[in-house]
Amino acid sequence: MEEEKKEGQKQASPVPVEQERTRNRKTYVPKVDIYEKKDAMVLLADMPGVDEKSVDVTLDKNVLTIRGTVEPKVCKEHSIYYSEYDVGDYERAFTITNEIDRNRIEAHVKNGVLKLTLPKAEEAKVKKIAVSVS
Amino acid sequence: MFGPSIWRLGGISDPLNEMQRLQREVNRLFAGANTYQRRDYPPVNVFLSENDVVVMAEVPGLEPDKTDISITRDILTITGSREPDNLKEGESYHRQERPNGQFARTLQLPFLVDSGKVSAKYENGILAIQLPRAAEDKPHRITVKAE
Repeated sequence: MEEEKKEGQKQASPVPVEQERTRNRKTYVPKVDIYEKKDAMVLLADMPGVDEKSVDVTLDKNVLTIRGTVEPKVCKEHSIYYSEYDVGDYERAFTITNEIDRNRIEAHVKNGVLKLTLPKAEEAKVKKIAVSVS
Repeated sequence: MFGPSIWRLGGISDPLNEMQRLQREVNRLFAGANTYQRRDYPPVNVFLSENDVVVMAEVPGLEPDKTDISITRDILTITGSREPDNLKEGESYHRQERPNGQFARTLQLPFLVDSGKVSAKYENGILAIQLPRAAEDKPHRITVKAE
């Protein structure tokens, strides 16, 4: 049976402890396109409201994480009349299988779309092996 | 002999594969019913004040010059298209989740607007359209006189 939560009392934590974000804000998973080129992987992420200053890309071992923070705009004169979307941060992580050349990763933000170009490392590039008829 | 029955058994020997095939079939059946992206794209928020209405749409990756906004009486229509990157030969998608193609969104505004004074700006993938209320449509204040 679930214990009743009382205000002001300590709250039991789940085991193992869940990771939490410090920012108390809604977080959304951006929709992405990922395609592979011969020499690079390209990732496009829809992150409306994000500009080049508020986006953060990290590659730790083989985990690529993209984060974007969006500050909600408050307008005093207007009141909300009809709403279909909510404003919040973005976060998503991917496991990258190929070896990526970390020093040459490029990131651009244009019109709310993050474009990441992840060049493949030299040793990870596919080498074609010719099959000869014996 | 028992050839055919063995073969049939072999055909469903991989239940996961069979489930995925079924899922694809069902998805295909309902694909026609799923018109969400076309009709309800992009998502909008509408803000209201005494003198104007502001329509915000989350629509990243647009070319502003290929986006069209039109107003007929109190009906606002936003049309545009999102173009996917053209892949060359030998390039392939790992995943493609972002909606693409043409869209048209039509909204009925809460009042008549002055279509000559409408302004629109596109910033960080968010389209903001400000539509001032038409002067003739503004409410008139009538004072009640005591006799």
